[in-house]
Amino acid sequence: MREQKNIFYNIDWITVGLYLALVLIGWLNIYASLHNDEHKALFDFSQFYGKQMIWIGCALVLILIVLSIDIKFFPTFSYYIYGVVVVMLVAVLIFGNATQGHKSWFLIGGFKLQPSEFAKFATALVIAKYLSTLNIKMQDIRTKIIAVVLLALPAGLIVLQGDAGSTLVYSAFVFVLYREGLSGNVLIIGLALIVLFFLALLVNQFVIIGILAGITLLLFIYIRKRRRELFTLFGTFILVAGFVFSVNFGYNHILQPHQRNRIEVLIDKNADPRGIGYNVNQSMIAIGSGGFFGKGYLQATQTKFNFVPAQSTDFIFCTVGEEWGFLGGALVVILYVWLFIRIIMMAERQRSAYARIYGYGVASILLFHFAINVAMTIGLAPVVGIPLPFISYGGSSLWAFTLLLFVFVKQDANRLLLL
Amino acid sequence: MKAPYSGRKYVINISILSIGLIFIFRLFYMQVIDDSYKISADSNVLKPLIEFPARGLVYDRNGKLLVYNEATYDLMVTPQQAKDIDTNELCKLLNISKAVFKQRMIKARNYSPYTPSVFEREISKESYGYIQEKLYRFPGFNVQARTLRKYPLPIAAHMLGYIGEVNEDLIISDNYYKPGEFIGVSGIEKSYEKELRGKKGEKLMMYDAFNRAKGSFHNGMYDTVCVAGQDLTTSLDADLQAYGEQLMANKRGSIVAIEPSTGEILALVSSPSYDPNLLAGSDRAKNYMKLLADTKEKPLFDRALMARYPPGSTFKILDALIAQQWGVINDNTRFPCNMGFQMGNVTVKCEAHPSPCNLEQAIQYSCNSYFTYVFLAIMEKAGYRNTREAFLKWRDMVLSFGFGKKFFSDLPYELTGNVPTAEFYDKLHGSNRWRALTIHSLAIGQGEVTVTPLQLANFAAILANRGYYYTPHIVKGIGKNKVIDTKYTSKQAVNVDAKYFEFVLEAMHQVIEAGTGQRAKIENIKMAGKTGTAQNTHGQDNSNFILIAPMDNPKIVVSVIVENGGWGATWACPIASLMVEKYINKKIKRVDLEKQMLEGKVF
Repeated sequence: MREQKNIFYNIDWITVGLYLALVLIGWLNIYASLHNDEHKALFDFSQFYGKQMIWIGCALVLILIVLSIDIKFFPTFSYYIYGVVVVMLVAVLIFGNATQGHKSWFLIGGFKLQPSEFAKFATALVIAKYLSTLNIKMQDIRTKIIAVVLLALPAGLIVLQGDAGSTLVYSAFVFVLYREGLSGNVLIIGLALIVLFFLALLVNQFVIIGILAGITLLLFIYIRKRRRELFTLFGTFILVAGFVFSVNFGYNHILQPHQRNRIEVLIDKNADPRGIGYNVNQSMIAIGSGGFFGKGYLQATQTKFNFVPAQSTDFIFCTVGEEWGFLGGALVVILYVWLFIRIIMMAERQRSAYARIYGYGVASILLFHFAINVAMTIGLAPVVGIPLPFISYGGSSLWAFTLLLFVFVKQDANRLLLL
Repeated sequence: MKAPYSGRKYVINISILSIGLIFIFRLFYMQVIDDSYKISADSNVLKPLIEFPARGLVYDRNGKLLVYNEATYDLMVTPQQAKDIDTNELCKLLNISKAVFKQRMIKARNYSPYTPSVFEREISKESYGYIQEKLYRFPGFNVQARTLRKYPLPIAAHMLGYIGEVNEDLIISDNYYKPGEFIGVSGIEKSYEKELRGKKGEKLMMYDAFNRAKGSFHNGMYDTVCVAGQDLTTSLDADLQAYGEQLMANKRGSIVAIEPSTGEILALVSSPSYDPNLLAGSDRAKNYMKLLADTKEKPLFDRALMARYPPGSTFKILDALIAQQWGVINDNTRFPCNMGFQMGNVTVKCEAHPSPCNLEQAIQYSCNSYFTYVFLAIMEKAGYRNTREAFLKWRDMVLSFGFGKKFFSDLPYELTGNVPTAEFYDKLHGSNRWRALTIHSLAIGQGEVTVTPLQLANFAAILANRGYYYTPHIVKGIGKNKVIDTKYTSKQAVNVDAKYFEFVLEAMHQVIEAGTGQRAKIENIKMAGKTGTAQNTHGQDNSNFILIAPMDNPKIVVSVIVENGGWGATWACPIASLMVEKYINKKIKRVDLEKQMLEGKVF
């Protein structure tokens, strides 16, 4: 088949539209949260919103480049790209600059480049490449191990940078693995462990163990005739009890103090509102004070007057909530949900396993960022410093998310050319 | 061909939708249902900036300024902004040492690095001009203006009163006031607080997380404008007041002068007094404690309104009026006096004078015996069934002359004096066990009866008006339109016919022409007066005097009490007379008498 000359041929305009809408909303809110009387000009490049304008321009150029590249490029070079990123992650540990306790930046001229943002993209490529290889089955224990190693390598390097938030993103790939045949129990067990984790912090652990023992006993009476299942039952009970006991130990000895604080704030909203709870408290005040219609564009008081920290980056959703109110907040949530479901739909229509798996990778990474970031600003998750895709300020993250999404858009556009 | 596990997309899609729905519900709850975030946001950002109006000024009846506001300046510092300044230069400007500078900066920084706090209080007007010019070189420093009450003439301290910081109780009961604000505490500063203070303005200002002002909220939609206080025109004659205070120097007592045709108080002297400037400004508390500690002189005690003096012989005029009105005596009634009054075991001493005398002579010579008889007649011959009933009627009469009760005038903290009640005597002597003779001391203004100098002056005003008075008051005009309460312009009549007043006044004229008050005589002014000499348990008798001038067209009445002054004629009479001369003639001709009074010491 002949390749199309028009780079926009058959691309999914809904996805492109949603992308542009989110980027625009992002820029408007960055401007709203940072503008002041001294810096009113839209093109003031000394200000974040001026810089973001440049980043957006570059991102649009990046899109054109991605759409121009032969669709076989990324599948072919997945391992190489992955390899280059891993080398960069190692290099940044040695040569990088530290910002806010994270040693995750290369300073190139005036730019700060964050390799960990691109590592997600590379990992999505490599997972897609690996799992789409012929004769690879998710059920095989070897496949599972290799997949986990491919995920753990960048994740581990990012932990070493001190950026726990970006590391957590790699857990999002569980959705990809699930879609490709990983047992659904993994999801259930994961969810159960999260619930147990918070229960163990909130309730006396012996009470939890007691309840679990009771459930085990009831199940025992129900299945006492089937020996093999009994073995599983008691084995599970012992593991779960062990987990519950280790939560407190892990919480107190493994987590960093600031990480503990963030979880404490989540559990008890009134914990020290001027100290460790300040961020979340002010973030919720900003959003909650927005009301149904919001205070109006550029009329925010909480975000504009610096009550909310990191308001143009990780807490950008506060500006949305305060100025645009419930209407704006809900609109942004709907745009994201629409985008994710659109990507899932597109992934399912791919002919190649590579494109499908990569599509799921894209959706999972974006979903994880969105869910954790918004949940943090409205007090449903602990403070994890990861950006809101396409909206938060930052060149590296915008480019990385753009690259991530449009490589998939390109794959999707040319899906009929394959096979 | 369907990919294996493609059904799992539904699980993933449902997960995505669930997350979206949870977020939307959560947002709806936070933004629409729960109001607490909005309140927190407001308290984060909004703080009212109070604008204080200028307090009203106070003038005397001739437009002389008595109270004004003087701007003082506090040098404020915002430590966060006070960087890279020439410390040496500033220390030189303020005349402080570098150590003091450092210490104050630390104190200010401890208070708050971002909000201004006082660096130097009340810098002088001279250094203000100098510092203001150089202020641009000291970022973080600014000058904040405040006002102080100032009194160009050091007079009428008690009447003007003072302002002080509001106390806790008032802040709770009156939500107008906030801690640290000022309120009138005494004098007209207190009684005209609402008029003088004006209305505070409130500007809703926005502040950022570092407490830096960020402009007004919603373009001042919720702001209120501050309204300046209203000026007061008092009825006081500043010259007369100052003169009265000079006359009372080195004496304890009081002078009250009233314009009888209006009830306006012309002078209100309580001695010893103090400079009202002492209770304004930063040394207020210190000076107040000093004045309070002087328990011998009691300079803070407003004798004109609060002291209780036995009226003495001035009360005899009241006897004469009531007895005539009730018809128990007439102008020809004579009673004997043999150096005093003698009945049963009751003796009242009197001075040597012709005897027996008629009413006119009795007033002229202030005969104790005569008025004891008059009092017995009032109690026994007025046709009432018993002494108690007669006493009650008599007491009503006395009260109608303004004694024994408050005027509820525009001067706070007035006291009632005392006119004893029937119940009091019932308790003292037993029911039905007291007769006219038991309470005969009342006849000559002794015993349980006490009056304030203001009441005594008001009594003189009733005499001058021949039977009525206007509630004595100190403020004759409020604000631009000079309106006052109608209660000060309505007549309070007493139940005695005018003709009896004429008679009594004629007799009081004789007091001055040929009786006990001859020292009051002024050329060309026909006056009526009455001396009083009342026992004082602490030392010498109190000297008191009431004076009405001119008698036929009264412009001023004066009551004077000099504690321990001996005879009424000795101190009170000449002082009252000098007050009249000062007010009517504006010039004192009797220089010797004046000198004697000014230099006289009575303690």
